[in-house]
Amino acid sequence: MATLVFVESAEGKIRSTSLEAVAYAHALGAGVTAIALGTVDKAELENLGKYGAQKVLHAADAKLDQGIVQAYSSVITKAMQDENADILVLANSSLGTPVAAKVAIRIGAGFASNVVEVPNTSNGFVVKRSIYTGKAFSLVEMKSAKKVIAIKKNAAELKEVGGTAQIVSITPSLTDADFNAKITATEKATGEVLLPEANIVVSGGRGMKGPEHWGILEELAKTLHAATGCSKPVSDMGWRPHHEHVGQTGVKVAPQLYIAIGISGAIQHLAGVNSSKCIVVINKDPEAPFFKAADYGIVGDAFDVIPKLTAAIKASK
Amino acid sequence: MLALITQGLNNLLIMKILVCITHVPDTTSKINFTDGSTKFDTNGVQFIIGPYDDYALARAIELKETSQATVTVLNVGTVDTEPTIRKALAIGADDAIRVNADPTDSFFVATQIAEHAKGYDLILMGRESIDFNGGVVHAMVGELLGLPSFSPVMRLEIEGTVVKMSREIEGGKESLEANLPLVAGCQEPIAEWKIPNMRGIMSARTKPLTVVEPKTVDAAVKLQKFELPAPKGAVKMISADNVAELVTRLKTEAKVL
Repeated sequence: MATLVFVESAEGKIRSTSLEAVAYAHALGAGVTAIALGTVDKAELENLGKYGAQKVLHAADAKLDQGIVQAYSSVITKAMQDENADILVLANSSLGTPVAAKVAIRIGAGFASNVVEVPNTSNGFVVKRSIYTGKAFSLVEMKSAKKVIAIKKNAAELKEVGGTAQIVSITPSLTDADFNAKITATEKATGEVLLPEANIVVSGGRGMKGPEHWGILEELAKTLHAATGCSKPVSDMGWRPHHEHVGQTGVKVAPQLYIAIGISGAIQHLAGVNSSKCIVVINKDPEAPFFKAADYGIVGDAFDVIPKLTAAIKASK
Repeated sequence: MLALITQGLNNLLIMKILVCITHVPDTTSKINFTDGSTKFDTNGVQFIIGPYDDYALARAIELKETSQATVTVLNVGTVDTEPTIRKALAIGADDAIRVNADPTDSFFVATQIAEHAKGYDLILMGRESIDFNGGVVHAMVGELLGLPSFSPVMRLEIEGTVVKMSREIEGGKESLEANLPLVAGCQEPIAEWKIPNMRGIMSARTKPLTVVEPKTVDAAVKLQKFELPAPKGAVKMISADNVAELVTRLKTEAKVL
């Protein structure tokens, strides 16, 4: 038995969710080989050994610097065959999830995405999936010999288990058919903590009263090394970009700590945050429904509480 | 003769759009299970067109309004989903196909869609269903039909045979181009949701809805049972005058800082 892990990178660095995918694969108990595509720092690849990868296949082809689903699927399918791997693990993402689905069909594997835990193998191979937008789980038996698993954030604990991974260069043969789309532009927030990967998220709602007041919220986020998010009305009104919208039809987050400020807590917003380990709600309305879903609550004005909180965190460091 | 040729050319120019929709519990529904946690409890639950699918449908109707196009909706579901399908027809789809089966997993649903999606220029659906949350049916349909697939698409414009799209990626967005035919998983703000008007509701009753039987699929995955999350403990309130206590508790009690 062998497991292949597709690791994603951004600006040469391996994404933290991909490190979790390596840790997940290690927990399956077989040999782990990672595969990275495009330009990635060598030290980052070697570092995958820490989380359990013995070997890293690296295709440093600049054509793969852009995440074209079709091309990635071809390279990973070939690697599954060459490595004689029976399981592919990767992190749910806008690139990883469709790649996983296509590879599953090409190799005839059973498929599960949104997986939240290491499988239970005491009787078969049973994975736990998050369903109904975080409101429930399903236990699913994967019966096929080959399996493709796309994990949600926090599905595996990051533990250091090994040393340096061996890097093996590969030169995949790609055809024009693999590049069936042309990426014409990419707009990406750089240097910030990405919302879907953040361990701490600070979100603002209508209680922030306008985009010009986001400075204090960003200051709090910076102090906590957190990503910033927002409620649907805030992104609908254009106060914040759409990729910051947390909720049922936006980004679903699963951080250690979610701090909601001036968000009443509509059920659609809760659907995007209910996988958070700890939720803090700050709202001036003591009747805000969000308090019922919170671990800690403060009734107070955002413009009073946020600076105090930022100062208290700085003081505690 | 000339009329026939013109007719033939027009047929060639008409874009055929397929919109795949899910029939899912309203976003405000309380989720419960019955039959030893193996079945979804539909008691008191309102069903809707999947919110992401609704965006896909709205974009398809917009394309129909601005160019020559036909819109067919497809749903994989039991007879219970027909009111949802009729709603899609009331919004403006021309006809509908229902694959008569309980949608058990992504590959099963994708296989059924692929069986009926041949010959369409544009296959649209939501980025994911809000019940199963697999988020891959579009990719699987694309793979099965040998077509490019993209998701989550938040803008889609057609210029000749080129489709210009933008797609949400982690922390930003990506603009891309591909040729028809293709598959797209949609999300806001690709179009504004459409609400059926009275004329639409009346005409939906008589629009064709074809029921077909599913293709057999060897299931590689099997549901064992459902689970609900452990209930949350009571919220601990902290005074706004003592914010430092929150920081202490997050460190020592919740251990998240």
